[in-house]
Amino acid sequence: MACFTVPAVEAVVVAVAAKIIEKKEKDPVTVNLPTQGGHTETVQKTPFSRKLKWLSWLQLGGCVLLAFEHIWHGEIVPWFPFLAAMSNPADAAEMFHEMATVGVTMAILTTVVWVGMLIVSSLIEKRAIRNAAAAAQE
Amino acid sequence: MTLLITVFAAVICTAIWYKNAGKSEMNLGILCWMFWGASAMWLVDALFEYAELKAEYFAPAAENMLNDTFLGLSVVALGLVIWIVSVLIKDPKGVVRAKLLKKKDVPVKEDAVKAE
Repeated sequence: MACFTVPAVEAVVVAVAAKIIEKKEKDPVTVNLPTQGGHTETVQKTPFSRKLKWLSWLQLGGCVLLAFEHIWHGEIVPWFPFLAAMSNPADAAEMFHEMATVGVTMAILTTVVWVGMLIVSSLIEKRAIRNAAAAAQE
Repeated sequence: MTLLITVFAAVICTAIWYKNAGKSEMNLGILCWMFWGASAMWLVDALFEYAELKAEYFAPAAENMLNDTFLGLSVVALGLVIWIVSVLIKDPKGVVRAKLLKKKDVPVKEDAVKAE
């Protein structure tokens, strides 16, 4: 009914937080990685603000397509208050229940997926730096 | 069906993005985020529906399945439209800009040539 609004709100909050953090962030950490042929390549670690943007893109992207699905099913209408379920209290109560269950679970799942991405990306970065350090010692 | 079609779209887009990573300026990331985000959200929808319907969830009526397939394809089409519009607006190769700002051939004035 309007479950997608919950992750949409989280996406907007995260996008604003990412912008604020981006302004406060210092220069990203740079690392010299050895490449084939004995050369070195200077790379930058992905700043946290950029990683935070991944979450907002994931949620906003999903919400756009889910909003289309709701228009398809006639749950979003082109007149105020734009949600068909708001026309009577019984439907509105059902909508709020769905937002509290399905919507919150959607927000949690996308956040969990993002946390997984953070862990994997952090492991990849650490492994690359460790390998670079080992290569430098040899 | 909508979930399945979106997951396939997400996997295909991610594979194309990975293959062209670093080389392509086609902003494929936007497609990956959209399709993966929608897939995760529809997965939650599917789980709640499964909890309600149990085994009946896997035996949808033909009419519902057709409608869901049509919806899934429309969702993929919408995602592709959003992506192509974003590419044209960002214009990484400068193609649109070059088309809009065509170089104008300025005719050489005869007097100026004679003076030289």
